[in-house]
Order: sequence, then C-alpha cells, then structure tokens
Amino acid sequence: MATIVPFGPQHPVLPEPLHLRLVLEDEIVKEALPTLGYVHRGLETLASIRDMDQMVQIVERVCGICSCIHAHTYCMCIEGLMGIEVPKRADYLRVIWSELHRMHSHLLWLGLLADAFGMESMFMHAWRIRERVMDVLEATAGNRVIISVNKIGGVRRDMSPDQLRWVLQVADELEKELDLIKPVLTNDYSVKKRTVGVGVLTYQQAYELGAAGPQLRGSGVAQDIRMTGYGAYKYIDFAPVVEKDGDSWARTMVRFRELYQSIDIVRQLVSSIPDGELAAKVKGKPMGEIACRSEQPRGELMYYVKATGDKYLDRVRIRTPTFANVPPLLVMLPGCEMADVPIIALSIDPCISCTER
Amino acid sequence: MAFETKNVEKNQLAAEVQALKNGGQRLLTMTCVDLGESFDLLYHFDLDLQMTHLRLTVPKGESVPSISGIYFAALVIENETQDLFGIKFEGLALDFGGHFYLEEEVKKYPFCKVTVGKTEKAGEGA
Amino acid sequence: MGFFQELLHKSRMKSPWLIHFDCGSCNGCDIEVLACLTPVYDVERFGVLNIGNPKHADILVVSGTVNPRNAKVLKNIYDQMPEPKAVIAIGACGTSGGVFREAYNVLGGVDKVIPVDVYVPGCPSKPEAIIDGVVLALEKLKVRKPEKDTEPLVADLKKAREFYENREERQVTG
Repeated sequence: MATIVPFGPQHPVLPEPLHLRLVLEDEIVKEALPTLGYVHRGLETLASIRDMDQMVQIVERVCGICSCIHAHTYCMCIEGLMGIEVPKRADYLRVIWSELHRMHSHLLWLGLLADAFGMESMFMHAWRIRERVMDVLEATAGNRVIISVNKIGGVRRDMSPDQLRWVLQVADELEKELDLIKPVLTNDYSVKKRTVGVGVLTYQQAYELGAAGPQLRGSGVAQDIRMTGYGAYKYIDFAPVVEKDGDSWARTMVRFRELYQSIDIVRQLVSSIPDGELAAKVKGKPMGEIACRSEQPRGELMYYVKATGDKYLDRVRIRTPTFANVPPLLVMLPGCEMADVPIIALSIDPCISCTER
Repeated sequence: MAFETKNVEKNQLAAEVQALKNGGQRLLTMTCVDLGESFDLLYHFDLDLQMTHLRLTVPKGESVPSISGIYFAALVIENETQDLFGIKFEGLALDFGGHFYLEEEVKKYPFCKVTVGKTEKAGEGA
Repeated sequence: MGFFQELLHKSRMKSPWLIHFDCGSCNGCDIEVLACLTPVYDVERFGVLNIGNPKHADILVVSGTVNPRNAKVLKNIYDQMPEPKAVIAIGACGTSGGVFREAYNVLGGVDKVIPVDVYVPGCPSKPEAIIDGVVLALEKLKVRKPEKDTEPLVADLKKAREFYENREERQVTG
C-alpha cells in the first residue's frame, strides 16, 4: 500500500517553504510531486508599474542570497539594449561583489547541509567563516545581504585601496579557515555515509533535464556561464569545477572547490583592478529584445527583457537556476529512502524564492 | 548582442524541438510575451554557451502542443505559463490545472496585460 | 496562578523557543534569522532556541509577504502554537509588503492574517535588530500570564486520546 507523506512547507531542515508530496512504499520513495507557489509574488508584473531604474531594486529582491548577480544580469540586459559601454572599473567591482556573494552563498549552503545530517559543529563553523564575507559586504556596500551596488551603466559605490587590501586579507584568512574544515568534511565517515551514492544524477540525465550550475557540473558537464566572459570574467583565467559522480557528495565537492576558485578570482581581480569612472551616462529609453545569462551560485540565470521604448519595460522574464533544478530533483527522489529526502533536496541548493519569484 | 529568433509554426514545433534535441541542445526555458491579440512563445536553447531561440506566435484562446514529451523539464515551465497566461498545452505530462502557483481566489491569468496596473492607470488618466 | 505555573512562566521568559516560518520572503531575512544562531551573534546565550515544531514554540518569527497560498499555512502554524505566544514580523515585507506590496499575489504584511506583536524593520533586518525584536516580544509575553482556569490536563489528555483513536480516518492513502 502506498502512503502519501507531505514534506514541507514548514520543515525543520528547510529554511524555505518547499512542498513535496512523497508517495512512499514502506521507506522507499516511489514518486515525488512538487507544489510551488508558497513564495510566489509575481514580481515580473511589477515591471509595468516601476520604471527601469526602480526595477534594479525589485530584481535584487528575487533572491536575497545572490541579489548582486540578479541586478548585474538585469543591468547587462538594459545596457545591451541601449548600447552602453560599462567602465572597466565598474565591471571589476561588480564581479568582485558577485564573487563575494558566491562565497557567502556556498558557505551558507554548506552549513545548511551539515545541519540536515545533524553535524551541528560544521553548521556553526561554516556560518562563522561566512560572517567574514558579510563583514566585507557591509563595510564596502553598506548592507549585509542586499547590497544594491549595481545601477544601469555601472556601480554606485567604489572600493578604496584600503578596502581592496582588506578584501585580499580576508580572502587569505578564508582560505586558511577552509583548509581547516576541509579534512573534517572530506575525511568524515558519517558525511560520506550520508552523501556518497545518494541522489545520483547521471551525465545524460543532467544534460537532458536542463540541470544548472553545481548540479550540472557535479554530473561531469563542464558548463559554467562565466566562461562566456561577461563582466570582468573575460580578463581573468579560470576553469569550471567538475566532478564526475553526480551524487550529493560530488555536488558538495563542486561547491567546496568553487569556494577556492572564488577566492582565486577575487585575488586576480583585486590585483589588476584599473582606475577610472564608476558609471557611464544613461540617456534615452531601451528598445528591442535581449536575453542575457550569468552564473549564480546555484547555476545559470537567464533574463529576457523586451522593451518598446516606453517608460516601462514590456516584459521581464527571469529564469532562475533552482527552477531548472526542480525536474532533476523529481527524477532523483524516486528510489531513495525517506530519510535521504532532506539531503537530496538540499543538495540541489534550493532557493524557492528564486524559483517562484 | 543580437537577439535572433527562428519563427516556427504550431504544427512544426515538435519536429523543430526534436531536431534541436538531436543536435544536443539543452532546453533553457520558455518565455511567454503578451502581444495584445496573441502570445509570443519563445523557446530558449543552449549548446556550448551559445543560445538559440525559437519563436511561436499563437492567437489568444488557442492551445499549443506541449514539448514535455521531448524535454521532461518543460513540464514545470508549461505549467507555470498555463497558470500565469492561461495558455492550454496539449499533452502536458503532468497537468496541475492552473493551480501550480496560484490559489483559487487569486485572479485568473495575472500576467496578461489587461489585468496589470499600467492599463488601469492609463484608463484613469484618460 | 499556582506555584508550578509561576515557575513555568518564569522559565519561559529565560529560554524562549522560536519557530521560524518563511512566508514569501526573498531569503534575505531568513538567512539573517539563521545568522542570529551562529557564533557571531549567538542567541543561544540568551537561551533562545530555534526549533522546527510549532507545538514546542513560544515565539513565531515570520519573514516575508503573505500570499493566499501560504496564508493558510501561516494560520495553521499559529493555531498550533500553545498559549501564551507572540509573533514577530521580520523585514519590510513582513511588516507591510515592502517592495512587493503592489504585486498581484501579495496580500500585504503578516498582520493581514495573524496578530503581530513586534515589527522589525529593515530590508533585510540586521541580526542585531532581530535579537532586539525577540527581547521586545519577551516583554509582551511576560504580561500574558496563563489564566488560572486554563484547560485542565485531563481534558488535554482526553483530546489526545481521541485524536489517536481517529487516526485511521485521517490517513491519506493512494
């Protein structure tokens, strides 16, 4: 006899309201059905009552964890439509803030995953390290989470040479701290027991289901939108982090290694940041259609903007990484044990407010 | 950055999408744009960091063939579009019947232009 | 109020348990609520615990806007919490709807659904502000002493027994 067990929307391991209806036979999940809409606000429609500068603040609040990257991508769309050349220093600063966001997002996720399998000490350590990044964000941008540094044509704030030196110093400290927790994560028996072989997504499945970000790279597909060289990524060199196994462990390791990669990118950027203007002049109204992509901590983000030369934009469509990662989740869950559901759900790094907008 | 789309007809859609899938393209997403009398459905695909776009224009009230049989991931996207725009998809692998995102008491098809604030405001001013 | 209840009330003030529900927030406030638990802010030094079960909780911390779908869940969680209880609305969205107040699927702040005791502003609210909000909520809880003629334990146990006996009717199978 099959039993239906509701998972969420209020669940101890989930900070967000994700609801899954799990069809169980004994302890084995046979089928999983999602219900979304607990966080749906319909903010894409706000484009019709907010002008394009105000929309920057709206799209930042699609997701509070990677707000900087949302605003960056939206600004890229409008700049692309209007043919604005962003000053080089602004490009660098945008990417430095984006990478700081990536670091804090991955550390946050590492903490939540550790909490899901009951490793409270790892949760505390990951979040303690994360506070360093938050301090940098607060000191350089004025707010801890939603930093609002992007505007159309450039950035609002500058980083002083002292602050840049401090960023480098924090990057060094972060690397040391990560080196300390790395053996705890990689050598621990219980961590491996809970994650290795759990929630396997093969290369073929990941590709066909349109998985995004660490989910895709954890299955061996070397796809990283940063390789397209948007923003300041074209001036630095890095390679996508790829793991082959496709299980929760592989995804954990992708994110953990991306932390080191982000530290490296920040170092490269800070050491070569040019002087110059912070923002280009914006005149007129955008017209036409454009689609821009960027790499969020959770995967690839796509914005589609259609403008008609009016004060308001015609359509803003936001395709977020977790939205793409829901179908792979539905494929991974059948066959697993009930107790592994939180681990698998967290291993895609769900961001429900992104998904539903 | 140019935005080039390839126009397709409704009866060719499945064949076109299948051809793209055979070519190794990944489905990114689908966008629906309200044009007043009709809807623009844009299908975005990706291969080796290059995007390809298909454009399907359908008059309001007509249903559209679902591509969830070709790409399973299209399931959530089509359910979302069905909720927000009221386009019916034929052959949807799992149909939530317009309640994927929205509760019953919320107004129907909120993303269609007639229902949003801009037109109401313009009406007041006139 | 008897000695035992007085003791319970006193200890509740010293160690309030929180339940956090994300109700359509952008995650900004959620992670700040979680950040309160971590070593830098560490609310556990005040005896504050974050738990997942509404029946164990004294204070409901809600972040984000309310929409028709999660309003039912929010009401349900609020009803399950035992008396006395307090509600804290976190962030601009929780207090009024914030930047989303004009979006079609947003009813407004948390106070559209349940009574709110403390409003914590900010977008997102800082951890310091959230801790301050919890302290304010405790002062409200302090005056909400349980009445003498609260439902006796026997009636509670009887209700629990009936609930257990009707378990088969409630089972959802397919």
